[in-house]
Amino acid sequence: MNIEVYKVGEELDAINYSQVQDEISAILEKSSSVVLDMTDCRYVSSSGLRVLLYSEKVASSKGQKLYLVGLSAQVKDIMEVTGFNNFFDSFKTIEECMQHIK
Amino acid sequence: MHRVDVFPTHEYQGLKLRRGWPHPFGASVLGNMVNFSVYSRYATDCTLVLFHNREEQPFVEIPFFKEFRLGNVFSMIVFDLDYENIEYGFRMDGPFDPAEGHRFDRSKILLDPYAKLIVGRDVWGQKPNWDSLYQYRARVVFDDFDWENDLPLETPVNDLIVYEMHVRNFTCGAASGVKHQGTFAGVVEKIPYLKELGVNCVELMPIHEFDEFENFRPSPVDGHPLYNLWGYSNVGFFAPKAAYASAGRFSMQVDELKNMVKRLHANGIEVILDVVFNHTAEGNEKGPYISYRGIDNKTYYMLTPDGGYFNFSGCGNTLNCNNPNVRDMIVESLRYWVTDYHIDGFRFDLAAILGRDQNGNPMSNPPLLESLAHDPILGKTKLIAEAWDAGGLYQVGSFPSWGRWAEWNGKFRDSIRRFLKSDEGVLGDVKERIVGSPDLYASQKRGIKASVNFVTAHDGFTLMDLVSYNKKHNEANGEDNRDGENHNNSWNCGCEGPTDDADINRLRHRQVKNAITLLMVSQGIPMVLSGDEMGNSQQGNNNAYCQDNEIAWLDWNDLEKNSDIFHYFKQIIKFRRQHQVLRYEDHLAHSDYRHLGYPDFSWHGVKAWQPETGYNNLTAAFMLNGQYAETDGVADDFIYVAMNMHWEMHGFELPHLPEGMTWHVFANTGMEVPADIAEPGEEPLVDSQDEILVGPRSIMILVGRGEDISILS
Repeated sequence: MNIEVYKVGEELDAINYSQVQDEISAILEKSSSVVLDMTDCRYVSSSGLRVLLYSEKVASSKGQKLYLVGLSAQVKDIMEVTGFNNFFDSFKTIEECMQHIK
Repeated sequence: MHRVDVFPTHEYQGLKLRRGWPHPFGASVLGNMVNFSVYSRYATDCTLVLFHNREEQPFVEIPFFKEFRLGNVFSMIVFDLDYENIEYGFRMDGPFDPAEGHRFDRSKILLDPYAKLIVGRDVWGQKPNWDSLYQYRARVVFDDFDWENDLPLETPVNDLIVYEMHVRNFTCGAASGVKHQGTFAGVVEKIPYLKELGVNCVELMPIHEFDEFENFRPSPVDGHPLYNLWGYSNVGFFAPKAAYASAGRFSMQVDELKNMVKRLHANGIEVILDVVFNHTAEGNEKGPYISYRGIDNKTYYMLTPDGGYFNFSGCGNTLNCNNPNVRDMIVESLRYWVTDYHIDGFRFDLAAILGRDQNGNPMSNPPLLESLAHDPILGKTKLIAEAWDAGGLYQVGSFPSWGRWAEWNGKFRDSIRRFLKSDEGVLGDVKERIVGSPDLYASQKRGIKASVNFVTAHDGFTLMDLVSYNKKHNEANGEDNRDGENHNNSWNCGCEGPTDDADINRLRHRQVKNAITLLMVSQGIPMVLSGDEMGNSQQGNNNAYCQDNEIAWLDWNDLEKNSDIFHYFKQIIKFRRQHQVLRYEDHLAHSDYRHLGYPDFSWHGVKAWQPETGYNNLTAAFMLNGQYAETDGVADDFIYVAMNMHWEMHGFELPHLPEGMTWHVFANTGMEVPADIAEPGEEPLVDSQDEILVGPRSIMILVGRGEDISILS
């Protein structure tokens, strides 16, 4: 299985969402699954949430998978109160995620 | 295909522009374009003011060029805006001539009346910068949300059990045990609780953006801060209250509220919004410029002949609801909440105002109410009127309905309260209320479903206070106890306020159970005030609109302290939901029109088939014939309710049931827990099938059915 890990920066918001979206989309073009490593990410804005969900929908529409890894307490909380968490499989570490994919 | 009209035609200070679309009003996004549109009948010029997020000074002010104006609408497209980081407002030019109704002031930056996301009061109680030029700031909303297969639930009106709730008060108390106290997310955390209670609809006190700092002041009594806690004072009609979202500090209130609605729906719970279209937060001529006053004062407000503000709301101004443009705004707002937030219904605060013409006179066929009754998008939305206003118009029973509008039945509240405290001369009226107020709603063929029944609501005493206080105790509000309703029809059971007297406390619990019993066995839509199910007290305050503290917050410790009350509420709600015969849509015939041997509904007294008629009587009983309320071809049970609001015990002779059926006792408020209420469907057999003894100030509910389940168990 073709899996690629993509590392999200400290923030995912209006400043960089467009670039991040392009890069994730490019990975989804060539890989079957993508693991978003959010370990360093402290904040996801409204546009950032949409990058995540849009990417997940692109992945599912092609029978691919998108996983989230290493959500910080704050990002996790934002995703829970807005309900965006319900659309993702999320793992604490990349190893755990890889274990699951296997 | 590519559109040919997506290219800029103008440029201003480096920003690329184009003539906008007049409709829809407000800010809307298409690709890399944001369209801004605002109307004003009397403005001569308009400027779009753009800020970077939270910055005090705008980075650009773009005039609406002459060619950007069509009719009375200013519209403009701005290209390539990084709109998550933009806040926008308008400046309006026009005459300042209050006598003529105009109050234009170019120095003010004004909120878009159609703003869908408003920031500036993002974290509850965080002191704002009062000197800021622009206090309530519009942002462009992300209006996409993945609802999956969710839609409004369209629960039949007569099946509703409404729970009137304040988002903040519900979970702000320390003992609520939720992570996100006082927020939409906190409500989500309490969904298992709501399901356990059994309600299937929450009616939220205002959640449109308002300013908790409006009329903010320290209490003259003890100095604690007094807020606008209830929020009956709109800043915007399209935007949710930011500080009710735990993610409001990140401006994610829209997504958080939508998620709340989606989660409630997934658990079978509808969402009704209490909407306040009768006035705005701008107050009278001394109030601030927020939006409407500066955008188009003469359009938005009902003005006296000399240009002052009519005050039918009691809050300084009156929205000009039957001005055609304001009417359209209200319709558009409601459609938006249904379309974008999947809201199931609305309760209209001081709805009688919505039927007044532009000079304040009540109309016989108010166009706004007619529009709402016939609107296609609102076609299955519940419409509930608070059918009175602060200007003396009282329309309970006569609110123009077109068969669509239900009403808060204030007469139900008044009669039931008087009956509970054993007033004389009230029994005849109580009987009307129990059968769905045909005296009010049968003539227009509005049916039982027009009557929203309640004993308590946010205005007035909580249920526990209703049986603990004779008089209101609003001193903490800082108005020398002048505010709040004086006619509460309450009775303290022998001591004003909390007491250690066990007999009084027992009686109070019994009276609480009597009240919820009368509500749940009456025909109509029952509405429970949040907290009553745990015996919540506001320490005798019957107008806690400003008490953002333990007075108004639910104390979740009460759940354990008053566990018998919570248990009773749960069981009687379950009972109502199991018995179709308690939930008729149309009024009863009081006759055996299908020749089944018993009338659909019959009144009784201490003697079967002989209801009391005397002025002083405080005893009555009724029987519902379940054969008239079939569900999928299966008849419901017989239900018999004996009400004794006399302070002496009375024997009630029971009507005989059809051959093979027996009476079982479901509830007896005269008994202590656990004998006060049974598990619905497992009620024990009544000892004597001929007569029951009903204790002082007590109610008994019997179920008549064929199979004796209690023998099986």
